[in-house]
This record gives sequence, structure tokens and C-alpha cells, in this order.
Amino acid sequence: MNNSLVTYLSQFEIFKSLNTGLSSMLGSDASSLIAFTTFLVAGLIITLVMATVGGYGTYAERKISADLQGRIGPNRVGPYGLLQVLADGVKMILKEDVFPRDADKMLFYFAPLLALIGVFGTLAVLPFSSHLALADLNVGVFYLIAISSLVGLSVFLGGYASNSKWAMLGGMRGASQIISYEIPVTLSIIAITILAGGMSFSSLIGTQGGLPHEWYIFHNPFTFIGFFVFFVAGLAETNRAPFDLPEAESELVSGYHTEYTGMRFGLFALAEYIEVFVVSGVAVALFLGGYNLPIHADPNFFPVQLAEVGVFFGKTLALYYVVIWVRWTFPRVRVDSLMVICWKYLTPIAIFNLVGVAIWLVAFDGRSLFNLITH
Amino acid sequence: MSANEFDVLMPVVIMLAIAVLLFAGALGAAYIISPSKPTELKSTPYECGELPIGDAWAAFNIRFYVVGLIFIIFDVESVLMFPVATIFRRANDAGNGSYVLVMFISFISVLCVGIAYCWRKGDLDWVRSYATESDD
Repeated sequence: MNNSLVTYLSQFEIFKSLNTGLSSMLGSDASSLIAFTTFLVAGLIITLVMATVGGYGTYAERKISADLQGRIGPNRVGPYGLLQVLADGVKMILKEDVFPRDADKMLFYFAPLLALIGVFGTLAVLPFSSHLALADLNVGVFYLIAISSLVGLSVFLGGYASNSKWAMLGGMRGASQIISYEIPVTLSIIAITILAGGMSFSSLIGTQGGLPHEWYIFHNPFTFIGFFVFFVAGLAETNRAPFDLPEAESELVSGYHTEYTGMRFGLFALAEYIEVFVVSGVAVALFLGGYNLPIHADPNFFPVQLAEVGVFFGKTLALYYVVIWVRWTFPRVRVDSLMVICWKYLTPIAIFNLVGVAIWLVAFDGRSLFNLITH
Repeated sequence: MSANEFDVLMPVVIMLAIAVLLFAGALGAAYIISPSKPTELKSTPYECGELPIGDAWAAFNIRFYVVGLIFIIFDVESVLMFPVATIFRRANDAGNGSYVLVMFISFISVLCVGIAYCWRKGDLDWVRSYATESDD
């Protein structure tokens, strides 16, 4: 609870003097105002960084796919095509916003907003470093699961409201896929919650260490399988290939956003690429040790915070690369095998892992496999 | 609400507000800059170049409904499991681990019976097979 950004910043002299100065000026306690301003600035910075990550996600996608297929990829706009993102953004804004004739105007208008809310709500709890998590809610992962399910709603509503057959089929598939794969994701998260003894990200990451044998992925055989269940189901949750059925471009034209044009389509794409980052970030936080540094250092020291952010981003972007790599390696699964993979494979495996972790905790008093071998 | 709680919940509200502002800002900018020349043909739903026939809001496959129902059951069960998972470690440290474990496993076995039932009934198959249909 008390490792929020404001608590961290309030140890600095300049912050304290700002607080006392403002308080005397206003004649009342200014700490709430300062907290609000701090969070607003931090939130805007995170939004900016995440918009860049989302934008460059599209660039990375094209560049990496080109690399994997022996092509060059975007290389015209700026050095190495790095400004392609800006060109795309400008193009999005300049394009006409077409409303389909028979669409449900209201739902069509607000479906991208739901996707954005779902994604930005998760950014509020994503732990970038031990002090740079905007909110360390005591129900952290639970809140994350809850708010990110809004994205599934936006996929369905976007498809439904277009009143186009392609979009409708994509929306239907999307809704059933996203809600189905939420079960394995949730069960894997519960397994880690059992080991950590808390749902807040600070307790989930704080009980891990910086070195690989202290991560939850290598804690015991069950969490090792659990990581892969989480990762595969996470791919399906974000509609990434090989589970990109809601927007399968070779069968459904473009799926749920067939009728979306211009900036409205751009917001869907932005939300999707940021969500991939968020899912990778949660996988890092739950299974791969999060922001923990391999060496012991005082977390109140500023460069340590920077190093922690670096470690988090390094691991998350590595996973992001794996997500893109998977997309250009595996063919898309069929609709019926999609449901079979979820309900007949991933869910039973996730339940098995959950029971396994619970028994492991009681049998070995929560000690990791490495700990049992060495001691 | 104490100051500390407000401190914790405020960023969540701020991030949601930023999402709404980003939506309004991006679409507002697009509204000002982008052209708007709607034509009758442009606003028809895309159907590979053909004129669309009929409405897209037709009856949908019943499988989606069944998946929704199964999801709700599993989701509620997982929500109920979260509090137990949170106190599990504390209970184990206090020496009640095996008691909680028995409770936990008996709860999960209800879930397993549920999934086994759906499996046997063929509700987990996307294309429902006729072999299982004759069982009921």
C-alpha cells in the first residue's frame, strides 16, 4: 500500500518544501492536490510511453516479419523506416471516418472507447518498478482481469454495431474466444496468488527474486507449465496469431473492425498493441521476477529505480518479440480447434496446475524446487 | 474514505480519464482534419463488392450461447477461489494448510465434475457430434 509513487517522492527535500509551500499558500493541506498532480503527470508520461510502444509495435511487427521472411520491411520514411509510425498516425487522422448505413450509431461510436478504457485501466496497476506503479491495489491482478475483459466487450460490440456480416462473424468469434481463454488465464493467476499469498503486484513480485531460480516460473514443475498455459491463453486473449480468428484477414476480410476507418480503426489497433505489451508485462510480473534486480540494492536510490524500469522493459519487450515471432511462425488455428484447445487442453491443465501448486505449498511449506535441492 | 485509500484509487480514475480524453482528442482532431463526403455507396456494409443482401443481425449459432453459459459458471468459480488463494499461504504458516487444502480441492473437484459433465454432453465440441447427442 505505501510504496506508491507519492510516498516515494515525498522523501525528497524539494517535494516536501513544495508541499509545505503550497499548503501555506492555500491555507489548507495541499498533499491531496500534489498527489493528484503527481499522478496526472506520471499517468500522462506512461500514456505517452505506451502510445510510443503501441505505435512502434506496428513497426516492430513489420520489421521483424520482414526479417523472418528475408525481406527488408519499411525503410523509406526516416532512417531504417523509423518514422513510419508518424506517417501512419498522420494518415489515420487524415482519412475519412465512414459510418456504415445500417450501423447502430451509438455502439459503433463508443466501441473503441471501451477497448481504450480496458487497456488504460490495466496500465494503472502495471508495475514498472518498485515505486513506479501508479496504483498498487491490494486486489491488483483481480482488478486487472476485471478491467481487461472490457476489451472483449469492445470487440463484440464493434462487430455487432457495424451491421456487416464479416464484422458480425468476427465479433462473435472474438467474444467467445476472449471469454473462453479468460478461464485458463485466471486459473494460472490463482496458482501464483497461492504461492505469493496476495493479489497485489507488490506482493506478487516482492516474493520473487532477481535471479532465475527465484522466479515463479522455476518455483516448481506446476508453475513452469502454468507459465506456458498463461502465455498461450494470453495470446488468445489479445487476438494474436495463431489465435487471431476475430480478424482473420484471409477469411473474414478484417473481422470485427471491417467497417472501421481512419482514427477509429487506429484506436482499435493502438489498444491491441498496448494490450500485447500489458499481457507480456503481467507474464513478466507473475512468472519472470518482474522488476527485481539480480543484486541487492536500496530501492529508494534513484538510479536503482531506473535500473528496475530497464529490467522490466527488457524482459517485457523480449516477450513482445516472442509474441511477434510466434505470429509469423505458426499458422492460424481453426475455430473448432480453438475451442478444443481452450476447453479440453488448457483448462484441465490449468486446473491440474492449480491443484499441484496447492499441494506443493502444503507439502513443502512453499519452498521452491531449487531451495529443496540445495538445502 | 481515508487519505491513504484515496491515494491508492486516484491513479486508476486518472488513467480511465486519460483513456476517455485520448479517445475524444484523437477523434476530435480527426473530425476537424479529415474530409467527410458520405455517399450512398460508401456507406453500404462491405460485402466483397456485392450489394449486401439482408441484415447482419440474424440468428447466430447456438454454440456461442453455450460457451457463454459455461464461461459464467467457471468465472464465478474462479472469483470464489481468489479469496481462498490469498489466505492460503497465511493459513499454511499458521498450521492450517492441510485443512484449507482439503477444502480447496473439494471445491475444485466440483468444478472438475462440471467440466467432465460438459465434456461428456458434447458441449465442449464446437461441432456437436451425433454420438454424444444420442446419450441423453
